[in-house]
Amino acid sequence: MSKTSPPPAGLRDFSMVEFPHAHAIGLQLVEEADGALTVVVPYDERLIGDPATGVIHGGVVTTALDTGCGVASMIKKGGGASVATLDLRIDYMRPSKPGMAIKARCECYRVTRSVAFARGVAYDDDISDPVATAAGAFMIARPPEPGE
Amino acid sequence: MSADLQEEKTRRDAVLERLTRTSPYHRFIGVGFRRLGDELTAVLSYGDHLIGNPHVPALHGGVTGALLEITALTQLAWDDLWRRLEQGGAAAEAVYQGQGPKLPKTIDLTIDYLRAGRPRDAYARATVQKAGRRVAYVRVEAWQDARDRPIAAAHGHFLMPDGG
Repeated sequence: MSKTSPPPAGLRDFSMVEFPHAHAIGLQLVEEADGALTVVVPYDERLIGDPATGVIHGGVVTTALDTGCGVASMIKKGGGASVATLDLRIDYMRPSKPGMAIKARCECYRVTRSVAFARGVAYDDDISDPVATAAGAFMIARPPEPGE
Repeated sequence: MSADLQEEKTRRDAVLERLTRTSPYHRFIGVGFRRLGDELTAVLSYGDHLIGNPHVPALHGGVTGALLEITALTQLAWDDLWRRLEQGGAAAEAVYQGQGPKLPKTIDLTIDYLRAGRPRDAYARATVQKAGRRVAYVRVEAWQDARDRPIAAAHGHFLMPDGG
């Protein structure tokens, strides 16, 4: 996501129905006990890149990692912050397996006053055999002043 | 324009159409390509399902990233097809008969987000900075209303088919 607001208090409050693209691809968020979160995008024929192989398009992997890293940054910052992606670097290790959901485990590992740093690992059945990894920086947007 | 020239142009456009419209994901996000000679411009047709955050509202960063990656991959594949078309003879005829390129694979992609993508069409163009035998390096820019105010830029390495 380029920007996210208003921010959720926690993932339990985070409904994807509000967010059109995430909702359109069936994206779900699962909170992890250690503060990380996992994005899940179910396998969907509309998201196939190459019909000859049935592999989901890399753009969906990008979307999962951007969403996961952005939301992880927002939660880590807390206090009503929203974020905008500054940059995202994605390394692709292998194609995802046809028929399987894309998962992305994302964490924000450092947050300053203005910038959050996050990373993520995309996989299908085994996180130790990743599809892609990502690292990104996210600008913290000021929450709007009352009446602004 | 002579009839032959027009036919050649139509056949080349059909090759591009086959390259860029067979992917279900391209259709899902609404990306297509326009062509002037060998230069391609990607066009992302706006749809409400592309919005990341409805409060801004802005295109989802993943969609913008996808547009950039698709533009880079398509330019590389098109360069290969174009070379074969320009060779003429059997090489060109094979392409016209549906022989596609083997697609390059993304090794890495770095996306810089410069401005929020507004709820309207977006465009992108890629420049192949290095076309090696094994690896290509490509830069891409996406913009909306103003070409000199890009919404995002990306650069990445791509593994060429048959290059190992």
